[in-house]
Amino acid sequence: MSQGIYLDNNATTRVDPEVLQEMLPLFTEHFGNASSMHGFGAAVGGKIEWARKQVQALLGAAHDSEIVFTSGGTESDNTAILSALEAYPKKREIVTSVVEHPGVLALCEYLEKKRSYKVHRIPVDGKGNLDMEAYRAALSDQVAIVSIMWANNETGTIFPVEELARMAKEVGALFHTDAVQSVGKIPVKLADSAIDMLSLSGHKLHAPKGIGALYVKRGLRYRPMLRGGHQERSRRAGTENAPGIVGLGAAAQLALVHMGDENTRVKALRDKLEQAILAAVPSCFVTGNPDNRLPNTCNIAFEYIEGEAILLLLNEAGIAASSGSACTSGSLEPSHVMRAMGVPYTAAHGATRFSLSRETTEEEIDRVIAVVPGIIAKLRSLSPYWQQEAGKPKEFAPVYS
Amino acid sequence: MWNYTDKVKEHFFNPKNSGVLDSANAVGEVGSITCGDALRLMLKVDSDTQIILDAKFQTFGCGSAIASSSALTEMIIGKTVDEALTLTNRDIAEYLGGLPPEKMHCSVMGAEALRAAIANYKGEAWEDDHEEGELVCKCFGIDAAMIERAVSVNGLTTLEEVTHYTKAGGSCQTCHEKIEEVLEEVLAKTGALTPAKKHTPGTVGLDAIKPLEPKAEPAAAPKLTNVQRMQAIMSAIEEMRPQIQRDGGDVELVDIDGKDIYVRLSGACSGCSQSAGTMMGVQMKLVEKLGEFVRVKPASLMPAHAG
Repeated sequence: MSQGIYLDNNATTRVDPEVLQEMLPLFTEHFGNASSMHGFGAAVGGKIEWARKQVQALLGAAHDSEIVFTSGGTESDNTAILSALEAYPKKREIVTSVVEHPGVLALCEYLEKKRSYKVHRIPVDGKGNLDMEAYRAALSDQVAIVSIMWANNETGTIFPVEELARMAKEVGALFHTDAVQSVGKIPVKLADSAIDMLSLSGHKLHAPKGIGALYVKRGLRYRPMLRGGHQERSRRAGTENAPGIVGLGAAAQLALVHMGDENTRVKALRDKLEQAILAAVPSCFVTGNPDNRLPNTCNIAFEYIEGEAILLLLNEAGIAASSGSACTSGSLEPSHVMRAMGVPYTAAHGATRFSLSRETTEEEIDRVIAVVPGIIAKLRSLSPYWQQEAGKPKEFAPVYS
Repeated sequence: MWNYTDKVKEHFFNPKNSGVLDSANAVGEVGSITCGDALRLMLKVDSDTQIILDAKFQTFGCGSAIASSSALTEMIIGKTVDEALTLTNRDIAEYLGGLPPEKMHCSVMGAEALRAAIANYKGEAWEDDHEEGELVCKCFGIDAAMIERAVSVNGLTTLEEVTHYTKAGGSCQTCHEKIEEVLEEVLAKTGALTPAKKHTPGTVGLDAIKPLEPKAEPAAAPKLTNVQRMQAIMSAIEEMRPQIQRDGGDVELVDIDGKDIYVRLSGACSGCSQSAGTMMGVQMKLVEKLGEFVRVKPASLMPAHAG
């Protein structure tokens, strides 16, 4: 369908054509409001409940009523944290990690500044693994909620959420995980899990943008963020985004079907890409924990060059990737994830993420492997930090630095 | 995705004069890998004619940093050293058909490297700048002298613009007050200076302002009496009201406390997501009218007075 090679699936994915097919009738014949007392509404209500069962199945949840549809990952994250704080007003502490998505980090910063909550941000080591000692030390009966991501969006590094959730339970804290990157890529079974709440986002798993879900374990004290109608059992007011919900249901069904492919063929393609680049390009390395990460993600830091320039040249070659560099985001600092892992600045600016999907083909990967070394060499030939002839870095210390 | 001009793309995808100039007799190096961009500019200057015979660059940085370096070398080859010295970052940005505001610092880096290289050629110690000018932004190593140049050459009036042009203040933000002081000083010195007109997308920062004549003493701003100043502020706000009222809002002057001017936005303005932009507009208008740096703040931030 597209001529380009799309390796930015952690940013967003293409809507699967089968998902789109499921959604289309919701715009035309099944346009009713699920709350209405007539046949138009009833048809839609049935579709929504079908979708809820599909998401339940993908998450391995015990009850379909544990699924609350939202507008996406950020709304789910905000709802989960604010709900816990409101349900346990006497507890004034929050535990999270330094590498969370802004959907969690920015909210925590706000709660710290404006509502005087104490926020514990658990650091990570050089490979992006959570500091378990610091985590243990931060837990206490003062903690209302722990919110730690399942897998990191930039490196794919997976956190031991089940163990973290059990530890949170021991001190009576709720445990929420932002699983936006992991749902659909690795198996999940929440029925026998200590995880209380989980956020997911449709557009990361071939459903459209603007739809997501929050898993809320049955029996959990919960306070809605949006008040209004009785939709979603009053846990999320507002007329349901029926086409989006049905799309998410269809995408969840497909994700289960393709889970095996994701963890074998896609993983093998990722490994092939990574090994070929590491072999062909000097002075680069994989960031995050290569032994424990999502099967589709690889993040390579190219030293002595800058990420935006890499992306522009990749784009010129028809390849879409993403970067933790400062310049691509409009901020002036490299990504908080790279800095948290202590990746040196010489490399953090050149960190480049390739994220595959089940649509990625071997021909595409071969093409990327053929193109990347030339791009890196071209930029290094422009860099004052690189000695072209020797093929290695050199000293360069300008007067103001 | 940045909206780069074709000229920027041309200089990024096919940079001119990149690489090492073995015969260089002037080298300027600025930036650092920590900051995310760095540039080494090498010149070959004819010692008899003072003409720059050749120039090459090596750049670590984003697309616009590489394009700015490439453009710079094209602009200075064939010029005498003194002619080259009159080039400013605006000239580089203009040559490239404009840069996104967040990327203007790339053109500043080019201009700074040129100054460093010529200082090196003339045997002057470039580090001097650091001793005269205080290091304002420690994160990006930006001193007061560089901020002053960026402010006066580009007619900057706000902290945000200074960050876009120099990076100063873009990281830990602890130097924001110092940057405002520098901004204030420059605006006070060049009281007659009209701030750049509102930037329109695509032609960012490329308005009519000419670079200041080197060494020309800026005309001192006429000193207003307190009453004159207050009247100037009141009439500037009156002038702005019809425009704001057209959008269903209003603005009212509440108090003047030295550099702090408190106003109240009402009607459609209160709670409007654009209200910060409106405040910024009022501030720019006042800075322009008064020829001095002032801060416009919402009346809700007024310090509470006893009794």
